[in-house]
Amino acid sequence: MKYVDEFRDGALARGIGARIAAEVRPDRRYSFMEFCGGHTHAISRYGSAELLPEAVHMIHGPGCPVCVLPIGRIDQAIGIALKHGAIVCTYGDTMRVPASPAAGPPQGGQHPLGGREPQASRGSTESLSLMKAKARGADIRMVYSAADALKTARENPAREVVFFAIGFETTTPPTALVIQQAAKEGLGNFSVLCCHVLTPSAITHILESAEVRRFGTVPIDGFIGPAHVSIVIGSGPYEHFAEEYRKPVVIAGFEPLDVMQACLMLVRQVNEGRAEVENQFVRAVTRQGNLAAQRAVSDVFELRERFEWRGLGEVPYSALKIRAGYAAFDAERRFDLHYEPVPDHKQCECGAILRGVKKPTDCKLFGNVCTPENPTGSCMVSSEGACAAHYSYGRFRDVELVAESAA
Amino acid sequence: MTVKKDYVRPLDVKNGRIDMNHGAGGRASMQLIEEVFARAFDNDFLRQGNDGATLPVPAELLEGGRLVMSCDGHIVSPLFFPGGDIGCLAVHGTVNDVAMMGARPLYLSASFILEEGFPLADLKRVVESMAAAAREAGVPVVTGDTKVVEQGKGDGCFIATTGVGVVPRGVAVGGANAKAGDVLIVSGTIGEHGVAVLSQRESLEFETAIVSDTAALHTLVAAMLRVAPPGAVHMLRDPTRGGLGTTLNEIARQSNVGMLIDEATIPMRPQVEAACELLGLDPLYIANEGKLVAAVAPEAADVVLAAMRAHPLGANAARIGSVVADEHRFVQMQTRFGGRRIVDWLSGEPLPRIC
Repeated sequence: MKYVDEFRDGALARGIGARIAAEVRPDRRYSFMEFCGGHTHAISRYGSAELLPEAVHMIHGPGCPVCVLPIGRIDQAIGIALKHGAIVCTYGDTMRVPASPAAGPPQGGQHPLGGREPQASRGSTESLSLMKAKARGADIRMVYSAADALKTARENPAREVVFFAIGFETTTPPTALVIQQAAKEGLGNFSVLCCHVLTPSAITHILESAEVRRFGTVPIDGFIGPAHVSIVIGSGPYEHFAEEYRKPVVIAGFEPLDVMQACLMLVRQVNEGRAEVENQFVRAVTRQGNLAAQRAVSDVFELRERFEWRGLGEVPYSALKIRAGYAAFDAERRFDLHYEPVPDHKQCECGAILRGVKKPTDCKLFGNVCTPENPTGSCMVSSEGACAAHYSYGRFRDVELVAESAA
Repeated sequence: MTVKKDYVRPLDVKNGRIDMNHGAGGRASMQLIEEVFARAFDNDFLRQGNDGATLPVPAELLEGGRLVMSCDGHIVSPLFFPGGDIGCLAVHGTVNDVAMMGARPLYLSASFILEEGFPLADLKRVVESMAAAAREAGVPVVTGDTKVVEQGKGDGCFIATTGVGVVPRGVAVGGANAKAGDVLIVSGTIGEHGVAVLSQRESLEFETAIVSDTAALHTLVAAMLRVAPPGAVHMLRDPTRGGLGTTLNEIARQSNVGMLIDEATIPMRPQVEAACELLGLDPLYIANEGKLVAAVAPEAADVVLAAMRAHPLGANAARIGSVVADEHRFVQMQTRFGGRRIVDWLSGEPLPRIC
């Protein structure tokens, strides 16, 4: 495949791996956090970790939009579908995120979906998810884009249609555009449950955490900066981290060779005592980013004072909400929703894993109670999550290798 | 005015639709069976008009062979896709399930669940495609059934088929029989059926030259068994729903072994690779309907591979790795990039309803 295979060339990768191995200092370790789930996925899927020398250690960051979505937000989406009978449109990866058991049973009586009265077992302790709610009669539809949600609203004028909008800065502009479009069309049955979050606030939160700042138990020597997010926001917002926290940042693409090259650039910055923002992903990222997208976002959204992240807890000014001017399209206002935080499973270590404090295998639930089929925590849900990536692609490393080469 | 005794106005196949009468067991049901099903599938067994078929005992059974029976439900959406439709798929799917036991498929049954409102023209098209596939495979549909469900309770047309076949004495092919050291062979390029179906999905429509690989594989299996020393073909399976990745995990689990495959050797068309890249899917988990994967004793691998490549349905057959001893039953893959990773069970459903 032209323009893709070039970024997955095994011989080039081995060359970069050898160069990294030659340049690392024998007396130290290098711990880099890849912020994005996209990088986590690339590292796991291509087995890139094996090409890095032992001195280079990757910490999986919280940049997986599905993983940081707190239970309370999923509960809201399920509630909109089950209690209010709305059509909830969502990206596929949110379908299996575990919610709380309490969100399920509808308020009895006549069900807005007519003949499809769900057989909800009241008092059940099984965690719901959007997919399980769907099996109980909720009208939840997987969409490939925000525009598909808008189309669903046009095609169902008699029904409330809600787009469950999640993700970092990459998915925010499309949500802004559909809200602008809905306003232009005067679409009265469309609204958005906005759960968009911001990358820089999450990085600040990690850098400010006691483990990093005070105790140094999570040594972070540098960041691999986001690929797609940076196309939108540009490389400028990371300059603060380099200056204020003296951490090198290398913005890298999502192909495995991008990751390898970014590691080499980070090793060089560390060795030379530099802390700069470097851009490996020059084929797509500029300093100022996509200004048209930024304009649409600031027209529709404003900062939320606080937002709960799964794993990180409440992070001030870390998410977006819909401006008053577009209030008619804000599902939180339309359905009079009030956010209620729900604690995670007591033994679930997703929080510590998302902050880089623990590894998936440090969690008692990993691989026994919590698997991709029955995820307890959010890191096991999406293949971008640290736990799912390790479980699906890398868990053979936890046991002795049984065979050395393919036939 | 003359009254024609016994005259029933023919079905309006062009504009008519299935209604509840067609499933009520009365004259409308009889007419649908006669004018659509019996006409297309026509054979001696159906012509007897009974609720079941009496079948002769195949010669292999008298020589120590065994019977094989397999069933398969088909719910593909859309019903018509590049390279095939639910009709031929319903024949190929079941013929292949029987063939993967090392058997010679002999007979099929077909059970149709039709949704009220389903156009008769579409039904005719599906049934004729199914009949053509059965004829081409040499496996007749000898008995069948039709039911009609109310509008909204089906998806146009569901077809369940059952296949009966016979395994000759001395052939022992099964999912539990893969052994450490066996060579893994796949019969051709993977992922085409899934991509062809996906390309037609509403809200996902994209242009592609890829057509479904749907095909009956029993003659390919026969060619493999013919050249292999007795007992050398240990395992055969068609990687349908869940794709090659899931099938290898099924076999690893059943046979209590591990697998080690080499990504660079897995045959794949660039168009399939590109479509998967675009949609964020892993081709290892995309369905096939005309491919098989085999575990063959190492000393027989060359001769079996040569026989496969000489068959039109195995022209792109390739060795993709080997079976290894592994109590963890991991399917591991050497990536093209140079690392190694697990190819795990598919979790969740990346592709709802494609076969």
